[in-house]
Amino acid sequence: MGGNHESTKTDHPEDFDHPEEHHHDQGFWRTYIFSVDHKVIGIQYSITALLFLFFGFCLMMIMRWQLAFPEQPLPILGALLGDGMPGGVMLPDFYNELGAMHGTIMVFLGVVPLAVGGFGNFVVPLQIGAPDMAFPRMNMYSYHIYWMGGLIMLISFFLPGGAANSGWTSYPPLSVIATMGQTFWLLGMVFLITSSLFGAINFITTIIQLRAPGLSFMRLPFFVWAQFVTAFLLLLAFPPLEGAAILQLMDRLADTSFFLPSGLVVSGQALELSGGGSPILWQHLFWFLAHPEVYVLILPAMGIVSEVIANNSRKPLWGYKSLVYSVIFLGFMSFIVWAHHMFITGMGTGMAAFFQTTTMIISIPSVVILTALLLSLWGGSLRFNTPMLFALAFLPMFGIGGLTGLPLGLTATDIPLHDTYYVIGHFHYVVAPGTIFALFAGVYFWFPKATGRKMNEFLGKLHFWPSLIFMNGIFFPMLIQGMAGVSRRLWDGGATYDFAQNVLYLNEVMSYSAWGLGLVQVFFIFNFFWSIRRGEKVGRNPWESTTLEWLAPSPPPHGNFDTVPEVYRGPYEYNVSGGDKDEFTPQYKPAGGGE
Amino acid sequence: MGHDMSEEEIQKHVRIYMFVFGALLTLTVITVAASYLHHVVPMSVSIAIALLIAIVKGSLVACYFMHLIDERKMIYLALILTAFFFLGLLLLPFLTNLDQVQT
Amino acid sequence: MSSEIPYTVDARPDTGLNNVKIGIWLFLASEVMLFGSFFASYILLRVGAAPGTWPEGASILNVPLAFVNTVVLITSSVTMVMAWASLKRKSLSKYKLYMGLTILCGVTFMVIKAIEYNSKFAHHPPLLPSTSTFLAIYFTMTGLHALHVVGGSAVNAYLWGPGSKLWKSDPEMFTNRVEAAGLFWHLVDLIWIFLFPVLYLL
Repeated sequence: MGGNHESTKTDHPEDFDHPEEHHHDQGFWRTYIFSVDHKVIGIQYSITALLFLFFGFCLMMIMRWQLAFPEQPLPILGALLGDGMPGGVMLPDFYNELGAMHGTIMVFLGVVPLAVGGFGNFVVPLQIGAPDMAFPRMNMYSYHIYWMGGLIMLISFFLPGGAANSGWTSYPPLSVIATMGQTFWLLGMVFLITSSLFGAINFITTIIQLRAPGLSFMRLPFFVWAQFVTAFLLLLAFPPLEGAAILQLMDRLADTSFFLPSGLVVSGQALELSGGGSPILWQHLFWFLAHPEVYVLILPAMGIVSEVIANNSRKPLWGYKSLVYSVIFLGFMSFIVWAHHMFITGMGTGMAAFFQTTTMIISIPSVVILTALLLSLWGGSLRFNTPMLFALAFLPMFGIGGLTGLPLGLTATDIPLHDTYYVIGHFHYVVAPGTIFALFAGVYFWFPKATGRKMNEFLGKLHFWPSLIFMNGIFFPMLIQGMAGVSRRLWDGGATYDFAQNVLYLNEVMSYSAWGLGLVQVFFIFNFFWSIRRGEKVGRNPWESTTLEWLAPSPPPHGNFDTVPEVYRGPYEYNVSGGDKDEFTPQYKPAGGGE
Repeated sequence: MGHDMSEEEIQKHVRIYMFVFGALLTLTVITVAASYLHHVVPMSVSIAIALLIAIVKGSLVACYFMHLIDERKMIYLALILTAFFFLGLLLLPFLTNLDQVQT
Repeated sequence: MSSEIPYTVDARPDTGLNNVKIGIWLFLASEVMLFGSFFASYILLRVGAAPGTWPEGASILNVPLAFVNTVVLITSSVTMVMAWASLKRKSLSKYKLYMGLTILCGVTFMVIKAIEYNSKFAHHPPLLPSTSTFLAIYFTMTGLHALHVVGGSAVNAYLWGPGSKLWKSDPEMFTNRVEAAGLFWHLVDLIWIFLFPVLYLL
């Protein structure tokens, strides 16, 4: 069995038995706040991101009250929410704030920092056999710039006029004439983009330069490939949004007209500005980032699911090469599809056909990846632990998300569906029971490596099953409402429209599902904190996995490995010799016997 | 470029830097002079000339001052990728703008 | 901690690169995309402008001053690469000379830029970013570029002054840092090489 590895000489022999007790006399601040250790930074990112995810979820739960019971006062909580809810009844502007900030927080402060900043930082150096990231100090700066950007965004709720309320997409001219909260949104974005860029540089350099001896690119765990491509997306797609943010800040603060057309009239008054600008320009620059951004949201998730499925099917991933080529192709294509978000801006059939074509082509690698993961299950000895349940659920949920995207990518069908609840249903399927389920899988899977203890399986299942049901309860009805023509961003959920009357009852269904989903997260939160202290203690490789991170102690000390590991084979050598007993050969085990 | 270079190699590089310096100054003068042509040639030709000269100047800076001419494959890969997306960013919105639904 | 990270200074055999070299080129790639978005904006704003409303750069902007600035930046690029070459020749004094000249060029560029901007603000009527879309993109692009000149000069000043102490303890690491700063500085020059004709001459 390739499980345990004898420890050898090291600078800090006492670290291995009691890694949490090693004393470097660095003091509290350098150890926990300004640490340059990728594992500490990964945990910092994860906790901060989980808090933001929770907060963004709460924003949505409040929105869902208004949608289910329009203009009814929200009991107890309503009185505490200030000017936006006088007498507990939600004002439309406040609804818009909640909507814009829910989207922004979930995407930029929650999912990506968790998927990339959290999981990426913690796992990648371990999986490639490195002592840390290539630029540990820059890693630390990335984290602090991130939470500062998040704070700027949160503070905006307390400004006169409240937070940004022009959608997470901040389209001008509306966003240019919006209240101060929008300026804070833009400033917050500049911080977040800077943090992201530093992180991307770190990931790419680390993966290229710090792979252990013998770890060629085609022996990398798929999770690392996913993070590698994701880093390129962040590096090259974010700067145009930074540029756009600068231009919008100029429009808001220096009275320029980058995005303001001539002759703009607001509330009956003509604006005294130079004009000559283009709102469509913002859309191009925004979506140039925002489309690759959605692949930033899904790729790390696919990586996590791959690791969990390979490990819990006890057989190699099917089609490793096709997975790698697909993810590279996907990353590349993601830069030339963006205007499928802009089909109704008046573009002619030529360019519409171009973007429709690239969009259809980009669905191919996604299908290849999904198929490879499904085929990986065939003939496997499946273990249905909690991470595996979430990883398995990801497959059909992402399938629905992906399939519902097809009518949106085809111009003709996009025209009636654009800006309806169908779109919201589509992207939430991909990101919520898609990515977030994968992130849950990752938490349950790597928790033992980070803490030396497993999370409780029973509580994990209590978390999983209701979550799966409620996720579908929230998002499936959106597809129906969208096809019925209910627009998104309507404060009253479509109540004033005749054509929507038949599907309005679904608002209540969705809201109850949302609150139910919120409630069952309690099992996860409790499990997480309880298991840190009371979870079942485990050794280095509790899941009997083949990849390098399981060679290090649980939790790993500074520098991660006793000696620099050497890699002798690919990442998923489970049961390759076809015997009766379950066996696996870790990447780091020398060939031909001997430890 | 990480290795220790001999004095002759460095001398050779310095000569190249001086040559590039001269070329850059010359091209700058030419590009300003060419701009006066815009009264006689169509705008698109003016733009083409200006961009062409800028690309030559930029290439000299990149290849020789930034040592790109003898850089490694990894760097080339990253930059070619960037160049592709840069062109997409410049061209696709412009093309979309050209091809609009006529109302 | 950093001594544990391999290939910080030495090149990794199969890629032939050290970490700093890759890191700085990746950063430059992101900068190319950043300025790319501004050039893309320029294109869209210009073709979208009503016919006859987009001014010729030379009619509003000071071409001679910008020409001088172009020469200043090109010169600074030469002095920068000579600074690095001096370190390759193991001469700290020559390095300080050339790096000092580079910083001087950076300062000169900013002084000329300040004169240029001031003449716009002091104009009757004042020529501000809010005055026209052309001026808006002019001020924004040259302003962002100027910020990069300032930032680059600050890094260069650090490497000329307190940062140069590293030469004594780790000359190879110091040379790599100067090379990285040089790559950034050359990019600043490269961006101006495109900004100048686009804004001033077309």
